[in-house]
Amino acid sequence: MTSNQVLSEVEFNVVGKRPVRPDGVDKVTGRAQYGGDTNLTGTLQAKVLRSPHPHARIKSIDTSKAESFPGVRAVITAKDLPLASLSKEELGGDYTALKFASDHMMASDKVLFKGHPVAAVAAINAHVAQSAMDLIDVDYEVLDSVVDVREAMKPGATLIHDELRTNDMGETADQPSNIAAHMRYEIGDVTKGFADADLVMEKEFTTATVHQGYIEPHNTTAFWNSDGQLNLWTSTQGSFQVRATVSNILRLPISKVKVTPMEIGGGFGGKITAYLDAICSILSKKTGTPVKALMSRTEVFEASGPAPASWMRVKIGVKNNGTMTAVETEMAMDAGAYPGSPVMQAIVCAFACYDVENGRIDGYDVVVNKPKTAAYRAPGAPQAAFAVESLIDEICLNLKIDPIEFRLLNAAKEGTRRIEGLVARKIGFVECLEAARTHDHYKSKVEKGTGRGVAAGYWPNRGFQSSVVMTVNYDGVVSLIMGSVDIGGTRASIAQQTAETLGIAYEDVKPTVVDTDSIGYTFITGGSRTSFATGLAAISAAEDVKQQMISRAAKIWDASEDDIEFVAGMISHKSDEELKLSFKDLARQTATTGGSISGRSSVDPTGEGNGYAVHIADVAVDTETGKTDVTRFTAIQDAGKAVHPSYVEGQMQGGAVQGIGWALNEEYFFDDTGKMLNSSFLDYRMPTTLDLPMIDTVIVEVANPGHPYGVRGVGEVAICPPMAAVANAVTGVTGHRMNSLPITPGKILEAGWENGKS
Amino acid sequence: MPTVTQVQTTLNGEVVNFLCEPRQSLLECLRDILGMTGTKEGCNDGNCGACTLIMDGRIVNSCLVLGVEAEGKEITTIEGMASPEGLHPLQQSFLENAALQCGICTPGFLLASKGLLDKEPDADEGRIRHWLAGNLCRCTGYDKIVRAVLQVSKAK
Repeated sequence: MTSNQVLSEVEFNVVGKRPVRPDGVDKVTGRAQYGGDTNLTGTLQAKVLRSPHPHARIKSIDTSKAESFPGVRAVITAKDLPLASLSKEELGGDYTALKFASDHMMASDKVLFKGHPVAAVAAINAHVAQSAMDLIDVDYEVLDSVVDVREAMKPGATLIHDELRTNDMGETADQPSNIAAHMRYEIGDVTKGFADADLVMEKEFTTATVHQGYIEPHNTTAFWNSDGQLNLWTSTQGSFQVRATVSNILRLPISKVKVTPMEIGGGFGGKITAYLDAICSILSKKTGTPVKALMSRTEVFEASGPAPASWMRVKIGVKNNGTMTAVETEMAMDAGAYPGSPVMQAIVCAFACYDVENGRIDGYDVVVNKPKTAAYRAPGAPQAAFAVESLIDEICLNLKIDPIEFRLLNAAKEGTRRIEGLVARKIGFVECLEAARTHDHYKSKVEKGTGRGVAAGYWPNRGFQSSVVMTVNYDGVVSLIMGSVDIGGTRASIAQQTAETLGIAYEDVKPTVVDTDSIGYTFITGGSRTSFATGLAAISAAEDVKQQMISRAAKIWDASEDDIEFVAGMISHKSDEELKLSFKDLARQTATTGGSISGRSSVDPTGEGNGYAVHIADVAVDTETGKTDVTRFTAIQDAGKAVHPSYVEGQMQGGAVQGIGWALNEEYFFDDTGKMLNSSFLDYRMPTTLDLPMIDTVIVEVANPGHPYGVRGVGEVAICPPMAAVANAVTGVTGHRMNSLPITPGKILEAGWENGKS
Repeated sequence: MPTVTQVQTTLNGEVVNFLCEPRQSLLECLRDILGMTGTKEGCNDGNCGACTLIMDGRIVNSCLVLGVEAEGKEITTIEGMASPEGLHPLQQSFLENAALQCGICTPGFLLASKGLLDKEPDADEGRIRHWLAGNLCRCTGYDKIVRAVLQVSKAK
């Protein structure tokens, strides 16, 4: 069995250790309460009627038979949403945003993807709701649909939104188009850069629509109380995001909506958008009782937000010694039915691993008749990395340069300016490459019949707002209250940073994730921000606690605060050795010196954590069947500081395996009209235990200068390198460049037939 | 309204009676009728393994078993895995090895792993990977789950 390594630069007392997570016992005993486990007295079950057509005009909806079905309590359509009674004039500039959000929740005039909600039923149980839903008659005028991102961009393509005009670098186009936005970023002199090159290579790449594949389907329970207060219990990555969406669609003040985030069964970006919450809220208002909805797996595939399919053209110029002289990229990403693909993040990440003097990137955000895409782990970056890192591999083969040497030669470092303009602070890409080069995996011989691929990846790891409150109990245990939903261990990582700052034991910090009424605004758990930004909030709140502890000690000792210090959990008088109290002893005395102590903090850190990763993949390809097996895999990543190394490794391994799924198996199959044909886990094939080896990890620690313990954030970047690492390994063993994901057995066999060497 | 049937079954060592409709799955009966929400629904069509439990010594997807089929059976769910003395060794190993992130697949993996080790206490990595291929986890990449099961297995 192989191993996991941590290349630590600095050691702390609690940060960097591997304690059992605070929510662990509840999760291994089945006691943890996930959204779907919510069961309020008298709860009705809701089912959503969804469009069978990818593009159609709704001519009429007849709900009468469903309404009179025994056991049904309410039926709604888009006519029950506030949008129906608000005019374009009343809403002014907010009109388009509200119409998109409200129509996405439930279509008012046109359906834009198969699975688009058109009506919903609340009934005494889910079976009754389902039976009643089947009695709703919807008369559709079926329209031509457009599914492929490049087809949708062509002049004369079927228009999905009559009024959508391209935002072309700030200018609004005259004519409607499916291209919602075009953006361009440029640095240096691209023409001159290519003229200076000894070798220029250019290729096109495509990726398929893929799903986050979280095991827990979307769910929500809504109760609109008779006092006008709306309560929601749901599985979400961002309770404040749900509050914002629901209050926007339902035209409610935000404080009329309280969202309680339940335990969440995976998200990976897919549980940021609120799909069911407004629907259940209106059904609850109509019935006066709680209403709960749970998506089926087919609904999750067809009607939540997968990651975009993409088309990319990459061109790179290099000197014979491997130095990059110029790069040029066009990337088109399908946003699904409404604008908002992550193409900007793709632009930011595409060449962020390299010091590019001359470069130009064009990005296109394109609407098609597919479910509106959502964030998925490093949104936009995996697609871009697949294209760029594959072409770099081709260049390395051409120049006969080792792929790690090539990347070291061109690596981004502190001070490197990216094409979109940001200058890197201290980053650890070179250290990741060095760790890869010296790893036993990379030094080992490539076994006969297998190939080896290397690829790199980048994700910014931005901060955003987080709030934390902590109270010191009289027994010295600190209650840590936060708004950041815990998807994969952040209660542990924030508790560790709290304990470290206060100089107390990890076991003496009790973290709780609370509802939107009980903490200040906190942005979503996503983008690898939580351990970093909410960590910063916790550190700052802990500093607040320390200051208050010092004032209490000053009161007890009748001393000046300036003469008291708080070091490693001990509060001491600087000049009188007799005067010292442990955190616990002083906590006990807070009861008699003014009452309980609470620390608080809200932060909005700027700058980036800068996550870099390098992956090494060995694959075997069965030349008879074209089937690819990953035989060895090593993930190397700069965590800055791994707060809880086991959960950092878990992020690296989980991201790598999702990437292996993208690389080899996963894709939505659409028919020509845009109907998904494989909306189950049987036909949408995610990796299983049997498909994989152990995933070796190396945690590199180059401290983030923007965090006291050096934390960078770790979740996203792990999914960026695997696709190209696997593709490059397939090239190594077959000689074929695979430029279209996923790399199915059929594509490998076809490449062999075309190249005449199957 | 559909007729209901009385079912008597042994659940985590206790005899339990409940009323269910013939169309209700065992998963639905556990969660919605008996209020035992430890067994999770991930797909409701037998493809993810989140609802795995042990019935008469075999692991089954409870979404593919009808509630009425539980009549006369012996069933172990996640709620029956720990004892008053403490956690089951597999539960302890999952905690120590960080073999869960979001935790939604964890009850299913624990029951499937118990089903294996009860029969084959010395299962090796290959056997464990083969046996657990019916349980999907999207968070961990399986590495730490397989290690956690291996730690409890007598295979060394």
